[in-house]
Amino acid sequence: MASLKELKGRINSVKSTQKITKAKQMVAAAKLRKAQAAAEAARPYASRLAEVMGSLASRITVSESSPRLLAGTGKSQVHLLVVANSDRGLCGAFNSNIIKAARQKALALQAEGKTVLFYLIGRKGRAVFRREFPKAIHAEFDTTQVREPGFTEAEAIAAQLVTLYGQGVFDVAHLFYSKFRSALLQVPTEQQIIPVPAPKAQPGTTGAVVEYEPDEEEILAALLPRYLRTQIFGALLENAASEQGASMTAMDNATRNAGDLINRLTIQYNRSRQAAITTELIEIIAGAEAL
Amino acid sequence: MALHFELVTPARLVRSESVHMVVVPGTEGEFGVLEGHAPFMSTVRDGVLKVYKTEHGTPEDIIVSGGFAEVGSAGLTVLAEHVEG
Repeated sequence: MASLKELKGRINSVKSTQKITKAKQMVAAAKLRKAQAAAEAARPYASRLAEVMGSLASRITVSESSPRLLAGTGKSQVHLLVVANSDRGLCGAFNSNIIKAARQKALALQAEGKTVLFYLIGRKGRAVFRREFPKAIHAEFDTTQVREPGFTEAEAIAAQLVTLYGQGVFDVAHLFYSKFRSALLQVPTEQQIIPVPAPKAQPGTTGAVVEYEPDEEEILAALLPRYLRTQIFGALLENAASEQGASMTAMDNATRNAGDLINRLTIQYNRSRQAAITTELIEIIAGAEAL
Repeated sequence: MALHFELVTPARLVRSESVHMVVVPGTEGEFGVLEGHAPFMSTVRDGVLKVYKTEHGTPEDIIVSGGFAEVGSAGLTVLAEHVEG
């Protein structure tokens, strides 16, 4: 049995841990609201752009002369996995879920004899991929300097990807991030971003005869990189919201666990204290009786 | 006589209002959009978007870059990556 002093020490240490997890939970709750608002504010742009892309894509046929971002390189030998993680921990299984999804995909591709490269966004996850695929990490994008990943970061990432694609470093790019469903549920998601999968045209929107200036193909070529940026931006926002959601849930659990642990330890402490007092009393009484 | 005008950036909906006319710096030349314009799509070069609230009023300038304009039955929608002013 642990001594009273040891128990006291443990109770105090659990208490201070609980304070940390509680604070982190509240911070996450506040940030979650902000991140959710940001994700919602980004929706009109993304949905409009997707609509336009859809109606454009339905008008042209993909051929050799189509922009390479749409038509692809004609090969699918080298796959680039763009993995978006967070910079901070204390968010439960958020990062490990994304890493797991990316890892499975990487192993599956390698089993098919493809070459896999990684492009890592965020600090978490670097260690895992460095250990498991030491030669495959092509680049890392650092987001530790910014508080919230915004459109500027998405632009920078997209520009790098397009340059790499232009240099023929990879043939297909997949993006891994976590889709935000609710504070309790975040779904690790895989999405092909290069070549751009042609968005589905919404039926019913192609009624009017629309005039294009310049022509469809040129507009499409101009919009493709933008579409890519928007996709990445959307993924970053979803990721930010997911991170905070996961963090909130994980910290809520941790706070509750700490509470339970404190209760258990306190009971144990009180019992030992009482036992000590009883023993002392018995000793005194026995001593008095012996006289 | 009002044109519904929306200006959207990736981060937010900047404008959603009724105006008289908007002059858009299209890639192949400026064009003004009034109510009832035919369906039209154009890329927008980096430049100044002129918003006329009323017919004879002074235009309000909005600097856009990385833009795209779409005129439909719902009005004019400008998607821009960056907006100033």
